[in-house]
Amino acid sequence: MIKITTSDRYDITPLRSLMTNIFSLVAGLFVIGIIFLIAGVNPLYAISEIFLGSFGSLYGIKETVTKAIPLILIGAGLTLAFRAKFWNIGAEGQLLMGAIFSTWTGLTFGDHLPSYLIVPLMFFSGFIGGALWGIIPAILKIKYSINEVISTLMLNYICAEFLTMLIVGPWKGSTRFGFPGTDNLPEAAILGVIPGSRIHYSTLILSLICAVILCVVIYRTRFGYETRVVGENPDAGKYAGINFLKTSLILMAISGGLAGFAGVGEIAGIHHYLGYPASVSSGYGFTAIIVAWLAKLNPLYAVFSGLFFAGILVGGDAIQISLGLPAATVEIVNGTLLIFLIMGEYFLNNKISVHVSTKSKG
Amino acid sequence: MKDICKSFHGIHANKDINLYVRSGEILGLLGENGAGKTTLMNILYGLYQPDSGQIEINGSPIRISNPVESITHGIGMVHQHFMLIQNHSVLENIALGYKDTPFFSPKKKLRKQVEEFSKQFDFKMDLDQRVWQLSAGEQQRIEIIKALLNGADLLILDEPTSVLTPLEIKELISILRQMKADGHMIIFISHKLDEIMDICDRVTVLQKGRVVGHADTADTNKKALARMMVGRDVVFNIDREKLEPGKKVLSVQEIHVTGDKGMPAVRGVSFELFENEIFGIAGVAGNGQRELAEAITGIRKIDSGSVRMNDKDITNKSPRHIYDNGVSHVPEERIRFGIAPGLFLYDNAILKQHHLKKFSKRYFLKYSQVKNHTKTIISDFKVATHSINNQIRNLSGGNIQKLILGREISEQPRLLVASHPTYGLDVGATQFLREHLLALRKQGSSVLLFSEDLEEIFELCDRVAVIFAGEFMGILKSDDEKLCDIGLMMAGSKGF
Repeated sequence: MIKITTSDRYDITPLRSLMTNIFSLVAGLFVIGIIFLIAGVNPLYAISEIFLGSFGSLYGIKETVTKAIPLILIGAGLTLAFRAKFWNIGAEGQLLMGAIFSTWTGLTFGDHLPSYLIVPLMFFSGFIGGALWGIIPAILKIKYSINEVISTLMLNYICAEFLTMLIVGPWKGSTRFGFPGTDNLPEAAILGVIPGSRIHYSTLILSLICAVILCVVIYRTRFGYETRVVGENPDAGKYAGINFLKTSLILMAISGGLAGFAGVGEIAGIHHYLGYPASVSSGYGFTAIIVAWLAKLNPLYAVFSGLFFAGILVGGDAIQISLGLPAATVEIVNGTLLIFLIMGEYFLNNKISVHVSTKSKG
Repeated sequence: MKDICKSFHGIHANKDINLYVRSGEILGLLGENGAGKTTLMNILYGLYQPDSGQIEINGSPIRISNPVESITHGIGMVHQHFMLIQNHSVLENIALGYKDTPFFSPKKKLRKQVEEFSKQFDFKMDLDQRVWQLSAGEQQRIEIIKALLNGADLLILDEPTSVLTPLEIKELISILRQMKADGHMIIFISHKLDEIMDICDRVTVLQKGRVVGHADTADTNKKALARMMVGRDVVFNIDREKLEPGKKVLSVQEIHVTGDKGMPAVRGVSFELFENEIFGIAGVAGNGQRELAEAITGIRKIDSGSVRMNDKDITNKSPRHIYDNGVSHVPEERIRFGIAPGLFLYDNAILKQHHLKKFSKRYFLKYSQVKNHTKTIISDFKVATHSINNQIRNLSGGNIQKLILGREISEQPRLLVASHPTYGLDVGATQFLREHLLALRKQGSSVLLFSEDLEEIFELCDRVAVIFAGEFMGILKSDDEKLCDIGLMMAGSKGF
């Protein structure tokens, strides 16, 4: 008879934590390999193609970094919200709102202002857009006890429809020949890229700065302290006299605002105009949830996990083309890895012991 | 139990412990906070696995790897911190832990059984009430019913009386005696010597994870046990200096507060509190003490009436505003309100003080000061931990409490609102705390002490109010001869 028992693990070292994550990823890739096998593709070849496609060539690396920018920004912002156990599933909508606000700013003032004024202005308005969209669920949660998972998720759809309405209606550009979408942003409002790539470096630098600042905010400031207390035990937060409304508003403004930054980067750095929601974002707001978890809710680690998942996105695109696999492949890869990472977390926090007793029953 | 060892973080919580219980016997398990009593019992109940050693029942070794198995072996446990689901009703909680709960409509079948059981032991409770609305004493009864329903032969009670009123303790004792007569075994964990002497047949004393002595209660006395437990002599009396009350500190006028159940919990309470004074509020649990304390400290809304501190109105101000006006608070449910379990000790040591200039500069926290402050509390209040970089969830209940007390007292508050501050503390720590309260009084602060321990009230308080059903039955001076009627007043008869 075999018996399996679990108990809490107290001796979690950084090394063990790292090894667990690596092992989880390897195990996840193994399962993904089986899926490839069923699909009739050589798994080793497919998986190596994913990583070669993202990290194995100069083009791949450039694309990976490009896609990592929004993931790092949003992922870092989400670590703050998740620390307070504020489950912000609405980063996608906050990104789009940032894109809408910055597009308006760019189109309205871009012709009259020099680049060094219009670009900061666009980032500022993008932050405001994302932050405003972020604090709505915070108000709903604290004032009316409305579950933030539902409200943030629903606000994604509202924002996406609102954006669509703008680009097929009032904001439809005269240069689009009747297709939905705004006109291109003026030259001054477009972000510079590293030559030969799509890496809009100003957003990249911004994302790294944000990750570092957030790290300081979480671990060194009063606000970060209050956030952690509220997340750990809301009753203790109340007892300690922490103002829940204020704390939630600030943290959601930051979390939403960073998603708004990501929206600015996508518009001003990549697309140069506001198009359909799916083309603006390709689901960064959702992928960033996994980024934040893999980063163990530490914004600095979000830089690395953001790069990792950007690599999977890019590699997934690569195998779509080279192996002719369906577009859903990337999502399967992402989903499987997330499941294994969460399982790894369980095995990290719990000690599993197996007892095999030699006595046979009865 | 033979040679049981268990260590956490390389610290022995239990070391070579041997223990036995005979049927029809009540064994007392005595020891200070962190002596390893709870750990040992959690091993017996299957919540922890021993690192080495063996458990035997009727001479045959058994392996208990989880609570379900211990229940099938007839072991039941009532924890110090109740393991109930706060948002479920009483009946749902009982159904959850019951082995024969049917899959469909679990509550129907159980209701009758529980009602009969309640009648047998004279437990009065509304089975459909949500657990979070109940007092600690009521919650404990649910735990006892749960264990007995599952047919426990051996019942482990972890500091059961610490949450009970004197009357409830008497009831509990009579239940225990009845169970003993039926041949049940009981392990009674406590650090209250009186109870151990009163209830138990035999007693085993633990100190720092080891057994330091066994004794029959018939052949020993309180002093000897106390010495065994702390390893030193304990003084049992405190000298309370006579002090003239100073200026008025707190004035509460006709306040009304609504309880969790939506019923009025505090109904028109008024009193004043002066410098150099300890004001006690005695009463049976669930008569509005918790609500009154929460209302004064800003956690609960006051419906009408006013609270003034140093002649400044603090009615319905935020907890932080009230704290800044000099009011500290040791809450009744410390694990629920007092700590953030996953954060480090030093994070928890400044839970209410983190916004003070001392610990923060503009938006940043001064962590070096915070850590020094934490070290001071730990050494002053003898919190047992290997490091301040330790998650507070790894500490024992008593040590968590010492940290909270240290945090609330160390800032020299003008007024300390202390709800059952010595509940769960061992003899040494209780003595230490009481001296601290008296020192606060001497320095000109005032203390509002909520307690069910009458001995504590008599020992510390200058004046005592008795609360019943949300009203004061009277306020007595410590030298009032009517003090002996306090029991009657606690049962609801007006003193004047």
